[in-house]
Amino acid sequence: MSKRDPKIRIHDFDEVDQGISDQNAVLEASRCMECVRPLCVKGCPVNIDIPGFIAAINERDFRLAANIIKKDNMLPAICGRVCPQENQCEGKCVLGIKEKPVRIGALERFVADWERKNGARPPHIAKHTGKRVAVVGSGPAGLTAAAELARAGHKVTIFESLHAAGGVLTYGIPSFRLPKGIVRAEIDQVLKLGVELKLNHIVGRSIPVEELLSYDAVFLGTGAGLPSFMGIEGENLNGVYSANEFLTRINLMHANRFPEYDTPVINGSRVAVIGGGNVAMDSARVARRMGAKVYLIYRRREEDLPAREEEVKNAIEEGVEFVCCANPTKITGGPSVSGIECVRMEMCDADDSGRPRPVPMEGKDAKFTLNVDVVVEAIGQSPNPLLVSLMDNLERGKKGNVIVDEDGKTSIPHVFAGGDIATGAATVIEAMGNAKKAAAAINKMLE
Amino acid sequence: MAYKVEKATQIADNIFELWINAPHVAKNAHAGQFLVIRIDDSGERIPLTISAAKEDLVRIVFMTVGKTTTYLSKLKVGDEILDVAGPLGHPSEIKEWGHCVVIGGGVGIACLPILAKALQDAGNRVTGIIGARNEKLLLLADELEENCDELVICTDDGSRGFHGFPADILKQKLEDKNIDAVWIIGPAIMMKITSMATIPYNVKTFVSLNPIMVDGTGMCGSCRVTIDGETKFACVDGPEFDAHLVDWDELMNRQRIYPEQEKQSLELFHEHYCECGGHHHE
Ligand SMILES: Cc1cc2nc3c(=O)[nH]c(=O)nc-3n(C[C@H](O)[C@H](O)[C@H](O)COP(=O)(O)OP(=O)(O)OC[C@H]3O[C@@H](n4cnc5c(N)ncnc54)[C@H](O)[C@@H]3O)c2cc1C
Ligand SMILES: Cc1cc2nc3c(=O)[nH]c(=O)nc-3n(C[C@H](O)[C@H](O)[C@H](O)COP(=O)(O)OP(=O)(O)OC[C@H]3O[C@@H](n4cnc5c(N)ncnc54)[C@H](O)[C@@H]3O)c2cc1C
Ligand code: SF4
Ligand code: FES
Repeated sequence: MSKRDPKIRIHDFDEVDQGISDQNAVLEASRCMECVRPLCVKGCPVNIDIPGFIAAINERDFRLAANIIKKDNMLPAICGRVCPQENQCEGKCVLGIKEKPVRIGALERFVADWERKNGARPPHIAKHTGKRVAVVGSGPAGLTAAAELARAGHKVTIFESLHAAGGVLTYGIPSFRLPKGIVRAEIDQVLKLGVELKLNHIVGRSIPVEELLSYDAVFLGTGAGLPSFMGIEGENLNGVYSANEFLTRINLMHANRFPEYDTPVINGSRVAVIGGGNVAMDSARVARRMGAKVYLIYRRREEDLPAREEEVKNAIEEGVEFVCCANPTKITGGPSVSGIECVRMEMCDADDSGRPRPVPMEGKDAKFTLNVDVVVEAIGQSPNPLLVSLMDNLERGKKGNVIVDEDGKTSIPHVFAGGDIATGAATVIEAMGNAKKAAAAINKMLE
Repeated sequence: MAYKVEKATQIADNIFELWINAPHVAKNAHAGQFLVIRIDDSGERIPLTISAAKEDLVRIVFMTVGKTTTYLSKLKVGDEILDVAGPLGHPSEIKEWGHCVVIGGGVGIACLPILAKALQDAGNRVTGIIGARNEKLLLLADELEENCDELVICTDDGSRGFHGFPADILKQKLEDKNIDAVWIIGPAIMMKITSMATIPYNVKTFVSLNPIMVDGTGMCGSCRVTIDGETKFACVDGPEFDAHLVDWDELMNRQRIYPEQEKQSLELFHEHYCECGGHHHE
């Protein structure tokens, strides 16, 4: 897949990955063996008919390919860009054993982009059942549940607390990885199913819990919006951001275009990002685009980075400096950040998670300080507590996640949940997978 | 969907009142809560206290300090605000306390009517103390008179009422009477100083903190404040906290993260606003 030159792309927020051409798509599709028992489908959390849509590409019937995907996935342009395909469909593809797996993600993205450019067909809308369903949150989980429920003929209302729909797709994942226009176009497709979207509505506040429970069914898709902080000294100095805040200021509020847009962000010349997941990679790459020298501080080894390999590669190409086997102990300065103190980590035996356990090294040489003026903490998020803590009788786990059975059913009879609120921070497609199961169970309940 | 301005009035020097049609906020608003507005597509999300709510309308009262509040002050009846989200934050702790004192400084006075009324409705005796630098900055005195059993007006320069600070009056009241709970709302420095008065008397004292916010829903952590040594998010854990546990210096530092950008924004706004004869963004 063709990527834009790192030297050029770090100066803008345009998409890095340029997708593939018609010819290449057909060529790639022709590699698929159309397995009788396709393992790729098993690897896909929403079980897209992968050989089916690939066969349609092979026939150059891109419209049919799009329709096949959309039976199972209403957000293909998004998933084609951000899904960890290497661990899912592509990870299971039989061709991967001897040579390279079929590039299913690239094909999915190709089909979705083709359809958007060539005009999507208006979707079929089922006869109204007379039932009302409330969906809380407009992230991938909420959007998926809403689409499934609207298709079944229920009157669906999505409530979203922010002024834009999409959840993390809109405020978290930067546009050089997922252009906002694409997110909007796919959300519009969901709304075309007759789904009503109420922005600026915080459920639990704008809509009291009793009113929410008066719907025939409720789906909670409120995500993992609560940022964690390390708890080290100096965290509340000016210039320390959670990844959520840093990314929200830029992705949702366009702080990179200040003063054309009113929301500011500190334009650090030297930025430390703490963490090693996708959120950390996104933050580091955004900070590079804001013109900073960027250190990514991670407590394990480079090969242990939990982020997608592709994103680590992109970050390296873009000049992010990885400081691995290091853990921040203190942020210095006052009132603004001037540096970050770290301790080197020694890698020991594997811990319960199978990864080597980092242990701080002893002695004076183990300590070092980086001079930075901005620190971004990307060390994880937990389930958003705002609404669920207001719902008595809603059973929750230790980490604050809503407890659900395999159908997404919660401890309140007609309330279902899915996505990060139930699983803790996970992936777009897993959120969609849970939401589909919950929607199927809701449909069954409302029959 | 946008939210229409139904009434727009200047009520004091630099201080304006708007009534906005936002039924989803108005219907569920309680004392102590706030809303978040974004005027237009390029705008910043800013939090403002809900100063009153009636049928489908909510009232905000604000002081022009930077670009967004200045822009807000130019809005007229019939203009629209792109986003109004809320109500946000925990409602004030309204119960039968006994004798409550509510104190407002500057534009913080705007928060008091809804609070005083809720406290009265819950069976409390309510004393109001409001203070401003001078008479021209005083607001809502008549309205507060209605919801307080007693109202004391203070000005720093003596241009109206008592010549001095609300803290002076509060100290007197604490000496004379049994006071069960105090609310202090105003600039951070005023809240810090005024709330010190209640420490020796061990009276429950609430303040409404105003750190910089982005989402207002607990997602970003911009609004974090230290309360009793612990990090809290003012938008969802507050905005009201026990005054005696607040790390005031940290709050005041965090309010000053973006001085240059704020200045630049305001200057640009003034330039643009004048150039096009009073119509911004048309
Ligand atoms: C920076 C970043 C990068 C990521 N990169 C990837 C990636 O490359 N690939 C991948 O698969 N996953 C990635 N993820 C993870 C993925 O985005 C999430 O797993 C997914 O978005 C979860 O979907 P959700 O619908 O459960 O929640 P969210 O996307 O969090 O959406 C929840 C929505 O609910 C709203 N809400 C919350 N409370 C209320 C309320 N009370 N009332 C109304 N609305 C409410 C929120 O405003 C939000 O819009 C990334 C996450 C982040 C933060
Ligand atoms: C819960 C809460 C309730 C509030 N209620 C009122 C009210 O009823 N009336 C009123 O006049 N003011 C209120 N404020 C303060 C108000 O939000 C700020 O004055 C406003 O955001 C300034 O915006 P600006 O663009 O005009 O000024 P700017 O030039 O952006 O900033 C001027 C100063 O305002 C503060 N500020 C800036 N941006 C924000 C932000 N996003 N969030 C919070 N503070 C910010 C900072 O201290 C800054 O130094 C409240 C703040 C909070 C947190
Ligand atoms: S496993 Fe690979 S080869 Fe088999 S159907 Fe799926 S994509 Fe095609
Ligand atoms: S404003 Fe974002 S968490 Fe409070």
